[in-house]
Amino acid sequence: MQTPAHAGRLITPAMVGVALVLLTVPLWIAKVGLYQYIGVEILIWAIYALGFNLLLGTAGLPSFGHGAFFGIGAYAFGLTQFHVAANLWVCLLGGILAASLAGALVAGFVARRRGIYFAFLTIAFGQVFWFIAMKARNVTGGEDGLLPIARLPADFGIVSFDLTGNTALYFFVLALFLVTVVALWRLTYSPFGRVLSAIRQSELRAAHLGYQVVLFKMLAFIASAAFAGLAGSLFAMAQGGAFPEVMALHYSGYIVMMVLVGGGLVSFWGPVIGVVVFLLARDLLGAVTLTWMLWFGLLFVAVILFKPEGIAGVFQDLRRRFSRQPAQAQPAARSTP
Amino acid sequence: MSALEARQVHVRFGDRVVLEEMNFSVAPGELHGIMGPNGAGKTTFFNVLTGRVRPSRGQVLVDGKDVTGLPPHRIAALGVARSFQIMTLFDEFSALENVALARPAFRAQALHGHRAAIGDAETDAAALSVLDEVGLGSKAQVLARDLSYGERRALEIAVALAQEPRVLCLDEPTSGLGSDGIARIAEMVRRLKGRLAIVAIEHDMEFLFGLADRISVVHWGQVIARGRPDELKANPWVRRSNLGRFG
Ligand SMILES: Nc1ncnc2c1ncn2[C@@H]1O[C@H](COP(=O)(O)OP(=O)(O)OP(=O)(O)O)[C@@H](O)[C@H]1O
Ligand SMILES: [Mg+2]
Repeated sequence: MQTPAHAGRLITPAMVGVALVLLTVPLWIAKVGLYQYIGVEILIWAIYALGFNLLLGTAGLPSFGHGAFFGIGAYAFGLTQFHVAANLWVCLLGGILAASLAGALVAGFVARRRGIYFAFLTIAFGQVFWFIAMKARNVTGGEDGLLPIARLPADFGIVSFDLTGNTALYFFVLALFLVTVVALWRLTYSPFGRVLSAIRQSELRAAHLGYQVVLFKMLAFIASAAFAGLAGSLFAMAQGGAFPEVMALHYSGYIVMMVLVGGGLVSFWGPVIGVVVFLLARDLLGAVTLTWMLWFGLLFVAVILFKPEGIAGVFQDLRRRFSRQPAQAQPAARSTP
Repeated sequence: MSALEARQVHVRFGDRVVLEEMNFSVAPGELHGIMGPNGAGKTTFFNVLTGRVRPSRGQVLVDGKDVTGLPPHRIAALGVARSFQIMTLFDEFSALENVALARPAFRAQALHGHRAAIGDAETDAAALSVLDEVGLGSKAQVLARDLSYGERRALEIAVALAQEPRVLCLDEPTSGLGSDGIARIAEMVRRLKGRLAIVAIEHDMEFLFGLADRISVVHWGQVIARGRPDELKANPWVRRSNLGRFG
C-alpha cells in the first residue's frame, strides 16, 4: 500500500464525502428496494473489516480465525448487559475489552510465527473459541445463542437516544463507523502504522533498524481484535442476541474475502468496498438464486487470479489512466544508473 | 577500545561449520575491509555481528560491552547498522520514507499511534539531508521500487547511514554495479571515512585497496591474512584470489 495523499491529515476529503453519502442513506434506501437493516449490517462489518485490514493489509499478517474476536465481542456485550450493567457504554467497553484480552492471549502465541504457521495457528485458536461458544451452554446459550440482548439507549446525560428502531441504530453505528475510520486512518499513517507496514515489506530490515518486530505484531493483533470486538458488540445489539455462527471458520473466511475482494492490500477504503459488495451480493443475488455464494466465490477466484489488488486496485488503475501523473511528475533530473 | 570486536567466533549450521574462528576488530574512525571467496562466511559473520545469527562459541563486543546473543533490534539500538548484499528496502515506500524510518528519532516515537508520521518538517529535513549525502536528494519522493539499480544501491547505504550508527557494516555495497557505479559508491564511502567505524565486505579490489585502513582476508571461516593494503598486496592469497583483476 503506497502512502496516499492526505495521509498526514486527521480528516480527509474522502472521509467527508463518505460521511455525507452515508448520512443520506435512510432517505433513499427503501426506494432502491433495500431496507434499513442492511445499512446497519454493512457499517458493522465495515468496522470489522477496517480493523482486520490493519492486520492483513498494513502489517501483512493473515489471520483466518478473526471471527473469534467478533464473536467474543458479541457475547461479552450480552454478558455485560446481563451481569454487570445494562448501560450501552459499559457493555461496549466490555465487548472491546474482552476481545482485546482474547487477542492478546492469541497474539502471544502467534506473533513469533510466520506465513502458513501463523495462518494455521489463528485457525486453530478460532476453532477453539468457536468450540467453547458452542459447548459452554450455561454461559453462551450454545447453538441457540445468548438471548435476548437489548438495544440499549445511547445515554449522553442530558439527552438519551432510543436505538430500538433500525434507523436510529443506523445513525449510532454510523457515528462509531466514522470514529473507527478516523482512528484507523490516523493509526495506519502514524509512526506505529508505518513501522507495521515496514515490517510487512521487510521484516529483516525492520529488525536491523532497531524495531522489535514481535512487539509490533502483537500490538497490531490486539488493536485489530479490539475493533472486531466493537463490531461484534454492535452486531449483538443489532441482532438482539449473540450466536456462535459468526465464530465459525467460514465466517472468518468471509472477512478475508471481503477485504481482499475490496482491495484492502492496496487501499485503506478497500475493506469497506468489499463489505458493501459482499453484503449486497448476498441480498441481491441471494434473492434470485440460492447459489449466490457460488457466484461470489467465482468473483473471489477471478479477483485473486486477475486483479489481486481487488476492486480498489481497479479504481486506482482507472484514476491513474485518467490523470496520468505518476512517475513522469517526478523531478526530471535523472542521474545515470 | 574497539568500536566493534569479535573474539573466537565459531558458527555451525547443523554439522556444517561456516565460521571456524573469527577474530576481528574495528576502531572508531577506521575502515576495515573484508575480502574472501564466495561462501567463505563473510555474510554469516555480519549476521553474527548484528545479532541475526547466534554464534556457537565466541563473543561479540560493542564498545567493549558483551552483546553476544542479543537480538538484531538491540544491537541496532547500540549503534551498529548494516546494509545488505541482497537489497532489502521498503519497496512501497518513497526513498524519503525509507530513510525517515531508519532514524533514531523516528524509532524513539515508533509506538506513537495518535499522531501522523507524514509531513513532519523536522523529520523530513533530516531524512532529506541523508539522501543528499548519497546523491538521492532529487529522488526523495520516488518509490524505492521505481529507482534504478544504482540508486537502490545508494539507498541501501543511505538507510543504514540514517541510523546514525557508530559502526557501519556494508555487505558488498557495489555488488552488481558497473565501473561508474562502483566509483560513485567508493566516493560516497570516502566521504564517510573517518566519521565512524566502517566494516566493508567487498570483492572489488580497487575499492578495497583504495579505501581501507586494514583488510582481513577470510577463507574457510577464518582470517588467513590481515594488514594494511600495501602489506597485503604482496600476499600470495590475495594475489591468487584476484588473478587478472588487480595489479
Ligand atoms: N542459515 C544458514 N543455514 C545453513 N547454511 C548457511 C546459512 N547461512 C549461510 N550458510 C552457508 O554458509 C556458507 C557461507 O555463507 P555466506 O553467505 O556467509 O558466504 P559469503 O562469504 O558471504 O559468500 P558470498 O561472497 O557469496 O556472499 C555458505 O556455504 C552458505 O550456504
Ligand atoms: Mg555474502
